[in-house]
Formats: sequence, C-alpha cells, structure tokens
Amino acid sequence: MEEILKELKQRFSIKDPEKKRDDLHFVKIEKKDTIAVLTYLKHYGGFTHLAFLQAVDRIEDEKFQLTYMLYNYKLKINLAVKVLIERYQAEMTSIHKLWAHAWQYQRELKEMFGINFPGSPRVDESFVLEGWSEKPPMRRDFDTLEYSTKTYYQRPGRSTNDPKKYMKKKLYKNFAKSPDNGRKNG
Amino acid sequence: MKKKDINKIEQEMKLANSGLSEKEKTLFSNARPAPVKPLNKYLEKFLNWARAESLWILGYGTGCGAIELRPLMTSRFDIFRYGIAPRPTPRQSSVFIIGGYASLKTIKRIVRSYEQMQGPKFVIALGSCTINGGMYYDSYYTINRIDHYIPVDIYVAGCMPRPESLIAGFDKLKENIKAGECDGMNRYAENFDWYKNNQKKIIKDWDMPDYNW
Ligand code: SF4
Repeated sequence: MEEILKELKQRFSIKDPEKKRDDLHFVKIEKKDTIAVLTYLKHYGGFTHLAFLQAVDRIEDEKFQLTYMLYNYKLKINLAVKVLIERYQAEMTSIHKLWAHAWQYQRELKEMFGINFPGSPRVDESFVLEGWSEKPPMRRDFDTLEYSTKTYYQRPGRSTNDPKKYMKKKLYKNFAKSPDNGRKNG
Repeated sequence: MKKKDINKIEQEMKLANSGLSEKEKTLFSNARPAPVKPLNKYLEKFLNWARAESLWILGYGTGCGAIELRPLMTSRFDIFRYGIAPRPTPRQSSVFIIGGYASLKTIKRIVRSYEQMQGPKFVIALGSCTINGGMYYDSYYTINRIDHYIPVDIYVAGCMPRPESLIAGFDKLKENIKAGECDGMNRYAENFDWYKNNQKKIIKDWDMPDYNW
C-alpha cells in the first residue's frame, strides 16, 4: 500500500493521506485529477472494485465532498478517495465508463443531493422519490421537519423524550461525564 | 328534475380518472365505491362469525414491522392455528396489515392494493409509525398518520410489536368483527372524497385510476 501511495504522490497532488486501519486508507485529491487518479488506481493500483460513491454536504464550506470507495482484491485494502466540489450548481464528471455500475450511484446523488453528472445513463430518472418537486432532500438546508409538518397530518398528543436528559435523570447518573457528551451536534 | 339535469348529476358522480391517458380510461371503471348495508340481523351475525374465523391476510409488508409476519406465519407462532392464512394477492385476502412506516412510494401501492381487495376487508396498522409517525415523524418521505389515507380497524402499538401483540391484535379484530364494528370499508366509501383528497395531496404523480376495482 505504501508503494501505491508513493506512486500516487509522485504523479498527482495528494493531500493528507490517512490510515484509519491496516485495511482502510483515505486520500484527498483535486477535482481536476479525479478521472486520472481513479483510472490509475483501477488499472495500475489494482483497485478494481468501486464499492460505493457517496456525498457529504459540507454546507459551511459551500462544498460537496464526494467519496469514491475502492477495493483491492489482492491486497484486501479499501481506499477512499475524497474530492471536494462546489456546492452551487454542483457538477461532476461521470465515471460510468470506468465502472459501469456507477451510473446508479450517480443517479441517486442527482436525486438526493442535486449533483449533476452529465452523460451518465438515466441520470435524470427518479431513483426512489416519485414525483418529487422540492429541493433535493439530503441537502442540509432542506428542513425535513418543516416539510413533514406542512405535508403530512400530525396526530396531536405526541410527546418526545430528549434521550440525553432522560438517561441522565433515570439510568446513567454518570452520563454527563462520558466523553461523548461535550461534543457538538451529537 | 329534467332528464338533462339528472344526466349531468350522474356525470358528476362518476370519477374523473384524470391520471389516466384517454386509451387507459376505457379500460378502467369510473364508478364510485358504494357503502354496503348489513343484511338482516341474524344472517349478518352468522356471516360476521364466519368472517372473523377465516381471516386471510395480504402478504405485503410495508415497513420494518413486516419482519414480524414471518415468524407469525411459520412454525414458531403458527398463525394458521387461528384460522388466519397469508394470501399472495389482494383479490384473495380480507386483512391488510400495514407493517410499519409507509413512504410516499409505498402509500401509492397500499392504496392500490387496498382498493383491489374484495369486501369485507379490514386493516390492521402495526407499530407506532402508522399511528403518529413514530421515529420517522420528521421524515420528508414518510407519512405520519395512516388513517388519513385508508381506514384502519385495529392499531397494534409498539416499535416494533412482537408477534404476540399481533396475535392479541387479531383477537381484538375478531371480537370487533363479531360485534359488527369493523366498517372500515363503508367509512372509505362514505368519505371517499376526503380520503382521495388526502391521497392526492401527497401523491403528486397520480397515474392510476381514481378507484381500483
Ligand atoms: S414502529 Fe418502529 S419497527 Fe415499526 S416501522 Fe416504525 S420504526 Fe419500524
């Protein structure tokens, strides 16, 4: 793996390679290098399998982060390639010529995040949402609670327990001290 | 009243089926469902007893709760002991179990299957998701109250309810049927416009007949 990373570094500009586990590595690359890096990894690095392609909405930076998770069957290693793309009018090069099944992921991303992949087969067809006319629902500025209250009928009398408070009160007196508790946004 | 007026009223009583193309319109009925009056007292009582003892459920699982139907149908809980049998198609079944949350995509199929079932038909709604949205109350694609879209006879609460509670639900359903209280089908026919309005409000790409006979 070290060798492959070294080779990659020589050819492309790669930022903070990260080793999560022996069999899980992360690298960040530039948008313009994406196809080149992925092609290189597929044909020379042995990462023949695209396990998934997913997006994260980094709304604070006005970016989407795309993660291409690749797998090497010989070394049994996962390599995640992360790319940041602009959030406004998001568009990315389609990779369905490298991995044919990527069209399905791209279709999902188009629907859920509104990221366009020009040229990808059937990218404009709806994936799971039928007759959806709102903002793509996985974008973080889409308020699902507001939409749900507006669209569906609420049954009055529903009550909720905040799990944190409830557990503190009832079960785990020491919950306040647990390391997770100081974290923002859960 | 003049004959012309009567014709006009009759025309308005027909369903528009506006989701269908001209060619498809000829293939589907445009009549409304009508409530069914109970027969004379004793005959109806006998029929209700017969209905309650041979409940056939539609094998269509809509949410996580559907996973509880497998142990229920197979040897562990063996629902057949109670005269309840799973059936493969809506036409053959009399009980519809909504197995939990219903997304927009599913509610479309639920409505279609429910309408295709032959009367008398009953609905059991399983899990808190069907009652008030459960843990998906704020989801953009999951409806909150199933009873605004199809009539419900019995709710089984829990997330998710164990097969035992489902059996208890069936017992309650039988009691109610024998008492002649399960009139969901008639409620649907009487408030047909209200149900349709609610359904059409959320199902934006309505491409099926207004009532699936
Ligand atoms: S009530 Fe619970 S188990 Fe049932 S569908 Fe909802 S989340 Fe799933």
